[in-house]
Amino acid sequence: MNNENSIAIQNEHVVHRDDVGARLGMWLFLFTELLLFGGLFLVYAVYRHLYYEDFKIAALSLNTTIGTLNTIILLTSSLTVALSIAVLQKGKRQLSIILLMLTDVLAIIFMINKYFEWSAKIHHGIFPGSEHLLGLPEGQILFYGLYYIMTGLHALHIIIGIVFISIVLVFVSRGSVNENNYVKLENAGLYWHLVDLIWIFLFPFFYLIQ
Amino acid sequence: MNHKSIESNKHQETSISKYLLVWVSLLVFTSITVTIAGLNLGSYALLIAVFIAIIKSSLVINIFMHIKYEEFIFKVFLAIGGFTLMIIFLLTFFDYTYR
Amino acid sequence: MIDNAQSIKENSFYEESTTKKSHGIASWLFSTDHKRIGIMYLIALSTFFFCALIIGLFMRFETIAPGETIMKAQTYNTLFTLHGVTMVFLFIVPGIPVVFGNFFLPILLGAQDVSFPRLNLLSFWIYILGGIIILVSLFLPGGPIDTGWTFYIPYSIRTGTNVSLPLFGAFILGFSSILTGINFVTTVHRLRAPGMSYFKMPLFVWSVYATGWIQILATPVVGITILLVLLERYFGIGIFDPTLGGDPILFQHMFWIYSHPAVYIMVLPAMGVVSEIIPTFTRRTIFGYKAIAISSLAIAFVGYLVWAHHMFTSGLSETAALVFSFLTFIVALPSAIKVFNWLASMYKGSIDLKPPFLWVLNFILLFTIGGLTGLVLGALTTDIHLHDTYFVVAHFHYVMFGGTGTIFIASLFYWFPKMFGRMYNIKWASRSAVLFFIAFNTLYFPMFILGYQGMPRRYYDYLPQFTTLQVISTVGSWLMFIAIVSIIINLVGSLRKGKVASANPWGGVTLEWHIPSPPPLLNFKEIPKVSHEPYDFSQLKTMKYVPIGEVYE
Repeated sequence: MNNENSIAIQNEHVVHRDDVGARLGMWLFLFTELLLFGGLFLVYAVYRHLYYEDFKIAALSLNTTIGTLNTIILLTSSLTVALSIAVLQKGKRQLSIILLMLTDVLAIIFMINKYFEWSAKIHHGIFPGSEHLLGLPEGQILFYGLYYIMTGLHALHIIIGIVFISIVLVFVSRGSVNENNYVKLENAGLYWHLVDLIWIFLFPFFYLIQ
Repeated sequence: MNHKSIESNKHQETSISKYLLVWVSLLVFTSITVTIAGLNLGSYALLIAVFIAIIKSSLVINIFMHIKYEEFIFKVFLAIGGFTLMIIFLLTFFDYTYR
Repeated sequence: MIDNAQSIKENSFYEESTTKKSHGIASWLFSTDHKRIGIMYLIALSTFFFCALIIGLFMRFETIAPGETIMKAQTYNTLFTLHGVTMVFLFIVPGIPVVFGNFFLPILLGAQDVSFPRLNLLSFWIYILGGIIILVSLFLPGGPIDTGWTFYIPYSIRTGTNVSLPLFGAFILGFSSILTGINFVTTVHRLRAPGMSYFKMPLFVWSVYATGWIQILATPVVGITILLVLLERYFGIGIFDPTLGGDPILFQHMFWIYSHPAVYIMVLPAMGVVSEIIPTFTRRTIFGYKAIAISSLAIAFVGYLVWAHHMFTSGLSETAALVFSFLTFIVALPSAIKVFNWLASMYKGSIDLKPPFLWVLNFILLFTIGGLTGLVLGALTTDIHLHDTYFVVAHFHYVMFGGTGTIFIASLFYWFPKMFGRMYNIKWASRSAVLFFIAFNTLYFPMFILGYQGMPRRYYDYLPQFTTLQVISTVGSWLMFIAIVSIIINLVGSLRKGKVASANPWGGVTLEWHIPSPPPLLNFKEIPKVSHEPYDFSQLKTMKYVPIGEVYE
């Protein structure tokens, strides 16, 4: 059954193919991520309101260059995954796989940058529970706490995204995701774009508020 | 199955050049927002940064994530999600602004 | 098993499964059939409910007299926490959607299953996992959690009892809820039978749909709140800790941003079932179909706007308190619209006082009392005196137990013949409805009085002047236990020994009554073409299955 909307009984499961439904479900899932990070942004907004100056001071210690670099990396990875769908729709399987691999590579570079950022901070004694941190004014403690939590949770989602993309990559190479059946790739792409979207907002809030 | 809607056989394709154009725009907006942050705009700085972030995300959501080309119901869903988040922010700040 | 059983279950989903074998535990645990999943949820939920009920009984044993009666204060704190956590997260929030929504949503839409059957099974496994995690936490060193089910900061980050594991369990349960919501919302949009426009869907579908949206949009907020508390306990990242500059009230905001809409997750499906039962037992269409459908969406929406009415005495700004109080009064409106429409639906109807209808009457009376007392709590001046007293305890038991709990039971009595192919003892079901009503009011009404006389909630000890009402309440708990047990014995006993049920014993006309009892694996031989309004009883003249012995002109 190769059209977008069909019902079949396969291996005794009721299997119906509904691409629009699959995308709809994926969007609904993305909303849960929106609200999850939304909650964190709410905490950020409240504490920024309460500790305006301290947030600005603490933000100075974050490296805008690495932040900007990571932003560019993630935006490019969104491009590569979008392109991977476009070329697969045209039947270009190999190119699609290359683009997906590129997406993963860019994601890993992002993670490496993050690793350097975090280790620099930790090296300077700024990490949750550290003596140095606890000696700082309250607003700054909260800023760094939020920094670690929000970029940390975001990094976790990057890892999940890498796994997701890799799995779909395998499907594409096997042919089960192809030019007539690519909703799994679309959904992986949607997830990846969400990860990018979150960063689009994280970036200014942590790196650009001096 | 929703028999009322007519399914197109192939989900609308987006041209590669459109994707590249969006990517370039995103990079441009990123450089704008970084530059503006360097200027001393005080409390307006965050507002402008958020505004630019919204423009960037609209590009990602509409083109990369394809919502512009999906059925109307997707856009309704997105509006519901976004609206809910906005209300949560708004009502919480009723507390913090007036303490 | 006797021959009878064999013949009624022939070609039903009990005989055919989505797994390779159709019998045996594996055929259930790995089945993606929404009907089997619904029944597995029923077994799990009932077990958790019964455990929490027993805990409640023990709580009332303790509070029958001031001072220590049968346990120490620490134990009492643990018990009311576990009672709340189990009832809220393991029974009522999943509640009607996972049992009756799963079983009947596809059937009511004319579909063969939900949009994502495998995700549905995953939801169930995640639910069980969450329950097990909470269970395990009871036995670890440090003792079971004692923070109250609301785990407020700062106590929840300071206490040495096992808070992290049950909170993690609740986090896991959130995923189950979210996936169910996604499944149901997508199913309603994508799998309606030909001819079934949105305004031809049964009202239970509307309610489960609105509930799905709340599950999707509200649950993540408590998810992140739980995560933040866990991070605080383990890494000292002081997001809410006042000694590090955090704001405990922010915790309360985030907690209630979920937990208030959560109560609409609890009650909306129940209201949906009421809208199913009333037409069937009055043999006329529901009054104000569109108003009831839209009010489900309205309740879901306005439910997001009122959360801080749980926080009026917390240190909230006065402006915020006024705004939230005003919004709270507004949310009463769509609920009231429903009640008026239900009552109007009974007018000039041909009322049949079968057990499902009696239980609906229980609901209307008890939920109305609960709802009205909610207004008392929503008004700022009265809330100052009543917050954190027994008045609140009475209020939420009236709406949650007298509301959703009653309808959970009503749903069982309504759909039991369809799900299990058997009929239960009608006389005993009717008697249990009456006993329940008496027990419920004996157990909970005194709490309203205790509350406005000033007795605080979650207190282990109390002043001697409160003793009489506490005794009455405890006696009520014993009557309640008898009522619940009588229901369990009736239903469980009827699974094997009940009379074989016909496909349409009540004369309903929604799609579940057009198929055999119990339904076959794929629900429908062919996907139906819908042309009737959902509660058009003229269908009885031409339907395949009607109550035995009835004649229609």
